[in-house]
Amino acid sequence: MNREDFPMLKEDIIYFDNGATTLKPKVVIDSMNKYYLKHTSNIHRGDYEAAVKTNELYDDVRRLVGEFINCDGNEVIYTSGATMSLNMVVFGYMKKHLKKGDEVLLNKGEHASNVLPWIKLSEEIGIVIKYVPLNKNYELTLDNIKKCVTKKTKVISLAHVSNVIGDVRDVKKIGKFAHDNKILFNVDGAQSVPHMKVDFKNSYIDFLSFSGHKMCGPTGVGILVGRYDLLKEMEPVFYGGGMNNYFEEDNSYELKNIPTKFEAGTPPIAEVIGLGEAIKYLMSIGMDKIHDYEVELKKYFINKVKDINNIVIYNNNSDSGIISFNIKDIFAQDTAVYLNHYNICVRAGNHCTKLLKDEIGIKNTVRVSMYFYNTYEEIDKLVEVLKNNNDIYKVII
Amino acid sequence: MDENFRREIILDNYGDPMNRGLIEDDSYLKTRTNSESCIDDLNFMMKIEDNTVKDIRFDGEACAISTSATSIMIRSLIGKSVAEVKKILLNYQNMINDKEYDKELLGELNVYDNIQPNRKNCALLPSVAVNKMLDELK
Repeated sequence: MNREDFPMLKEDIIYFDNGATTLKPKVVIDSMNKYYLKHTSNIHRGDYEAAVKTNELYDDVRRLVGEFINCDGNEVIYTSGATMSLNMVVFGYMKKHLKKGDEVLLNKGEHASNVLPWIKLSEEIGIVIKYVPLNKNYELTLDNIKKCVTKKTKVISLAHVSNVIGDVRDVKKIGKFAHDNKILFNVDGAQSVPHMKVDFKNSYIDFLSFSGHKMCGPTGVGILVGRYDLLKEMEPVFYGGGMNNYFEEDNSYELKNIPTKFEAGTPPIAEVIGLGEAIKYLMSIGMDKIHDYEVELKKYFINKVKDINNIVIYNNNSDSGIISFNIKDIFAQDTAVYLNHYNICVRAGNHCTKLLKDEIGIKNTVRVSMYFYNTYEEIDKLVEVLKNNNDIYKVII
Repeated sequence: MDENFRREIILDNYGDPMNRGLIEDDSYLKTRTNSESCIDDLNFMMKIEDNTVKDIRFDGEACAISTSATSIMIRSLIGKSVAEVKKILLNYQNMINDKEYDKELLGELNVYDNIQPNRKNCALLPSVAVNKMLDELK
């Protein structure tokens, strides 16, 4: 649906790498061009017309994010992407509030950006990382989380939708459980916020991170949403212009209020404006509609591909538009190169989820990740090419 | 080069590469190399004695190009002096990077003389690994 909105789709490609980044609709590109062509200016510092216009657009994106995921606008912090957001949670909040021996529950389906910061924090202050085992479908369940909780458990940190298996974690139930047990609930929304309705408040989420470029927005911008009372206790990771009231020779200083104090330096202004446009665009389509359609596409693919006997799918059951598979005995990257020959764009590798190998027994997969502009016809083409995979080396070498 | 012949050499070396599998031996130099643009992840070990490469072994997961290039590279380098190895590596890297090189020095490695741009890092992986281990000699 809405294919006509995407200039990239006029190129002769089938784009199935939406988990990595999505294509951009023209309205998003236009909004950014307009900033550069008509009202370039810095924010919060100018008294001229262009700056007023920029300020209005820039500030309004907090309200839009609030409307989009059900949080307050003043809980919204602009970042460079989900990776920066997650690092701010770990090094701006957790470092100050956790102590040696405190336990953080992760799982082996998590992206590097929700594992490595914790490993670093463990190195710095001695927190203990525990990995909740995945179930037989490599999915994360509340039951398994409960089994790992001890009196020392202080944080549950997880991706709402995992980026290889694509399982949708039940954040409402997990969040309620965490809340009832006074455990902080940190959610990586990079693969969920673009694809389905996410409800920050009603899921008892304490921190939520996501990226603009995976949801029709530009690269270089992301969001951290934090519960306001927790943001009051969070420290900035970066210091500089725009985030302070004053600083003096005697080392005294005062920072601005939330959220500005977390946004040192000139932010990605065009990108924030573009992200706002992307959010309006997604809301106009409807997040439930997007999610339902992607799940239908996935089911369609799985049903069609089951006749090809050397295709191994690792996540038949998960309720998202992500499919991870391999052609038996073919290295994932070789499959991706093969598909590229037919202008089909997919991702091969470990997808930054380098611990998942311990659960699924293989390091690398081919990942097809859908978005609402993908079509049944594109899947037909993909399946046809996969069917002819006995030709693969003739094609790629 | 005939395309079928080129493919046959690459696939033979991919399907049954030379010296796959590491051994326990502390007299070897060792390194782990990940290709920068893709997902190849190979461990290498190399034995140098009397200024000569006596053995190179490898293991790990990699694509058809990386694996076959590793196999052919190993066959080409064993028995050569360190100076000869450096010369081969330099010429091989020049070939992959579309610079001038001496075809005569490269033997079977010439099968990669027309590599697609997005596979260059795969083909270069074994040369990067051997260079890394040679650097340790200094």
